[in-house]
Amino acid sequence: MALLSSETLPIRAEIDVVTARRRVRDLAAHLGFSLVDQTKVVTAASELARNTIIHGGGGLMVAETLNGPRTGLRLTFEDNGPGIPDIELALRDGFTTGSGLGLGLGGAKRLASEFQIASRVGQGTKVTITRWKWRE
Amino acid sequence: MSALPQNPVGLAISTLLARDEQTILNDWLKAMSEGTRRADLIKESDLRSQCAQFLKLLRQASETGGTNFKAPAWGPVREMLAEVSRSRALQGFSPLDTATFVFSFKRPLFARFQQEYKGQPDALAAEMWAATELLDDMGLYTTEVYQKSREEVIGRQQEELLELSTPVVKLWDGIVALPLIGTLDSARTQVVMESLLQAIVQTNSRVAIIDITGVPTVDTVVAQHLLKTVTAARLMGADCIISGVRPQIAQTIVHLGINLLEVATKATLAAAFSTAMQRLGLQVVRETPKG
Amino acid sequence: MEKIPILRMGRFLLVTIQVDMHDRLALALQDDLTQMISDTEARGVLIDISSLEIVDSFIGRMLGNIAAMSRVLDAETVVVGMQPAVAITLVELGMSLAGVRTALNVDAGMELLKSAVNGNKQGYGASLQ
Repeated sequence: MALLSSETLPIRAEIDVVTARRRVRDLAAHLGFSLVDQTKVVTAASELARNTIIHGGGGLMVAETLNGPRTGLRLTFEDNGPGIPDIELALRDGFTTGSGLGLGLGGAKRLASEFQIASRVGQGTKVTITRWKWRE
Repeated sequence: MSALPQNPVGLAISTLLARDEQTILNDWLKAMSEGTRRADLIKESDLRSQCAQFLKLLRQASETGGTNFKAPAWGPVREMLAEVSRSRALQGFSPLDTATFVFSFKRPLFARFQQEYKGQPDALAAEMWAATELLDDMGLYTTEVYQKSREEVIGRQQEELLELSTPVVKLWDGIVALPLIGTLDSARTQVVMESLLQAIVQTNSRVAIIDITGVPTVDTVVAQHLLKTVTAARLMGADCIISGVRPQIAQTIVHLGINLLEVATKATLAAAFSTAMQRLGLQVVRETPKG
Repeated sequence: MEKIPILRMGRFLLVTIQVDMHDRLALALQDDLTQMISDTEARGVLIDISSLEIVDSFIGRMLGNIAAMSRVLDAETVVVGMQPAVAITLVELGMSLAGVRTALNVDAGMELLKSAVNGNKQGYGASLQ
């Protein structure tokens, strides 16, 4: 009874970032997240979705609502892009290989309750964030 | 006494209930009272009607649904048990008390089985096995629902407690003050930020005074938390003044090389208030005595 | 693609962002605004984000860019109405928007703009010292 629902969204074009935001917002609101927590998880999703497109060449987002023992939302962003050679470096604020501020990955980590990342050069990247409903 | 059907397993339950519902109900209530009854939390009459309702739904479900609790025929029973668990969680029953509702039913049920299947050990074993699995599933289900309800209650209580401990005070039109008392850890900082920013919006305040007289130590971590709060307020359009900066804290700040950017800091709340008034272009004027 | 409307109020430009912005729309706003500042010789820009429920690093950077570009064109920018949840999230993201003036609402923002345009260019941040 732990997994309440699971859905997959394509993250290929810029407009998918907006779709992903809206969907994450709906799910978080449905789970009864506070407004601040909703904002945090939606913003984190926005950052990671953008990364998936810009750095990963497009991929998908899996959104799972968790219902027990704790209530929460788990988002996984996956792509088959070039991968990240140095994850620690990538997590550091200000580091970017693009034209952004380099806050996306580290920022998403700070906005989430839990953060996991796996990446292999030449194969792709997978980032999973979880936001729990209640303060830990 | 008519023989109980042996196939399918489980039909026995509905037949038994159809025949002996009242006596089974009384036996069940008796079994429950011998455990933890919590008469203080639920009236006898309410408990009786809950049990009667359960037996009625149990009979209907076991008539057609076999003993697989996950089957759709058991939907009404699931709903009823969920309601019972949720209300027990809210009323303050322990998880054991709640599970006892279901588990205490085993005794009267198995006593009946032993009577009916006397001399038929295989049939007895089969019925008891099926019934045990069913009641165990039910008991576990009530525990799950109970835990979920408790999580919600506790979560909400924690939020309320944290909010209560960070009161924001309106000092004047456009000026709010937040007296911080105690350590400023990550969780508290979140609550502090939320309370302060909410108050800024609600009172339309351009200046927020954060008084840290009651904060025992200010190290880099606490300073970072304070900075986060100040930055957030600034993003919204309000300036912060930190007051209650004791000489020791000033030393620590310089010592640790903490950069408080352009945040104004004052030794006392009074000084901070005076500065805030100035910023808003306000003045306090003494009345000239008449006559 | 829809565009975010820019209103002209005397020597000031007023932008109200109400939609969930995708990146291209944000970039278009940046372009349109700088073009219009130049065309109208505007002295101030007020950006009302009180309806924006999400400000991520891209939009945050857009706001910073607009403020910087306007300054080069001799115009002041004030961002008003940031929602508390958004402010908290931005801080957690690591953005302080240090070069952007902010105010609680449109009224306060206009006050700030008028004063800034009249020569009071002390530092950045919220209210006047």
